[in-house]
Amino acid sequence: MIKIIKPGLYSTIQDKGRLGIQSYGVPYSGSMDSFSSDLANKILNNSEDAAVIEITMVGPVLEFNDETVISITGANLSPLLNNKIIKMYEPVIIKANDLLSFGGLKSGLRTYIAILGGFKTEKVYGSRSMFKNFTKHFKLNVNDILTFNNNILFKSSKITLTKVLDIDKQIVAYKGPEYDMLNSNQKEFISSNIFKISNNYNRMAIQLSDLLVNNLKPIITSIVMPGTVQLTPAGSLIILMKDCQTTGGYPRILQVEEKSINSLAQLKKDSKFSFSLKI
Amino acid sequence: MIKHKFNLTYRRFNSKSILISWPNLIDNDVLFDVLSFKKSINLSNKPLLEVINAYCSLLVIYNLTIDNIYNEIEALKSLYLQKNIHVFESRIIWKIPVCYDDYYGIDLGNISKKINIKKDKIIQLHYQNTYKVCFLGFLPGFLYLSNLNKKLYFPRKFQPDLNIIKGSVGIGGNQTGVYPSNSPGGWNIIGNSPIDFVDKRNLDKISFASPGDSIKFYPIDIEEHNYILNNLNTYTIESEVSND
Repeated sequence: MIKIIKPGLYSTIQDKGRLGIQSYGVPYSGSMDSFSSDLANKILNNSEDAAVIEITMVGPVLEFNDETVISITGANLSPLLNNKIIKMYEPVIIKANDLLSFGGLKSGLRTYIAILGGFKTEKVYGSRSMFKNFTKHFKLNVNDILTFNNNILFKSSKITLTKVLDIDKQIVAYKGPEYDMLNSNQKEFISSNIFKISNNYNRMAIQLSDLLVNNLKPIITSIVMPGTVQLTPAGSLIILMKDCQTTGGYPRILQVEEKSINSLAQLKKDSKFSFSLKI
Repeated sequence: MIKHKFNLTYRRFNSKSILISWPNLIDNDVLFDVLSFKKSINLSNKPLLEVINAYCSLLVIYNLTIDNIYNEIEALKSLYLQKNIHVFESRIIWKIPVCYDDYYGIDLGNISKKINIKKDKIIQLHYQNTYKVCFLGFLPGFLYLSNLNKKLYFPRKFQPDLNIIKGSVGIGGNQTGVYPSNSPGGWNIIGNSPIDFVDKRNLDKISFASPGDSIKFYPIDIEEHNYILNNLNTYTIESEVSND
């Protein structure tokens, strides 16, 4: 088992999320950057739905009470094992009483820790992804205990890493259902402007700093999903992320492609990007 | 039953899903057609993750990336135009207890003053109507209901409340509904239902209600509310089957 000595800024357990039950109003959830969390599991030969820890900006301090193997991917948070720097993107052997901690953030925003066999926290509707009112906790807290299966034999994986952290500043998006309600100036702005991430971002949504002159009325409540870009009456753009609601009433002007959602998950405040529209 | 045929638009939503849109209306005929087409798609043996409906649209989510979007849209179009389309039907009416006491109905007084209808009359107008479940969204187990009496239309609060308690029954604009969990929200609260709107034990049926079902509220007092709240483990939601 693992004891959480410090939880970090916002660390959660995530897996593939709760797919196929959105018609009950259940949010998708799951790793914000699924590319990095998938990679962390692949390095350990885990199944792709094995649960990982998602860390945001400030890392936790974890104390291991059993032997195991872990891997760390995503944002470079200078991981340390017993105060010695360790490598990311490869299996790391853990012994009993080892202490895992992190230093400064060097790139990206979210780091993933996978463990051999996955973290065994409670499953709600088929997923371990933490979510308020669903799972007992919505983030890791000090003194929490995480369990894992320590009877798994580690077989080294033969994956070759072609790309590690995948942050593309060209965010690929389809035109949204209400895109055609925009006038030509607005359309031009969307495809040519360099957008900036505001300080208002979390697992539910990312708000952009740039304002768009907007005269569009709200729509009749309709379906949204992670990647939906909404235009609010105040003219701000909101990109919905993994913990977003399943319905919304603002015009949906773009739908970000799944791969680009992974990039958005690694962009912090003031990061700049542009949209590239896919026909 | 009358079969409605509308002019639908089809578009790619993302790599795995197609959005089908009806005329932009909250309307029983539209909803009925949406739910009938949803049933046909669900029975068509396509490799689907899920089909989600809203008031006047369907989102068809496939398991894998859609390679040929034009072919898939054509297939959906011809499915819609098929003569033997499945007709949606639900006769079930769920009976939901609501305590409209001032203790829970914290905004009843304010609404009463503004629309100049006595509290008792507001309560009666609210439980008298039968509501249609159009779809679920916003929060897990939150039912979007139609058919609120026009006299009860009341604007959302300018500043949302940070914590509306689980079970709160609210009015927001032309809509009414029950908050299935504690949540921030901008609706005006007129009562509270003690029952669970989300079943965490049942993966197949997270909510008792499905789009197309009907809901009827009935008034209970504080003692009954407490009793149900304390006996939720054995509580079964009452329902009846309508004859029309």
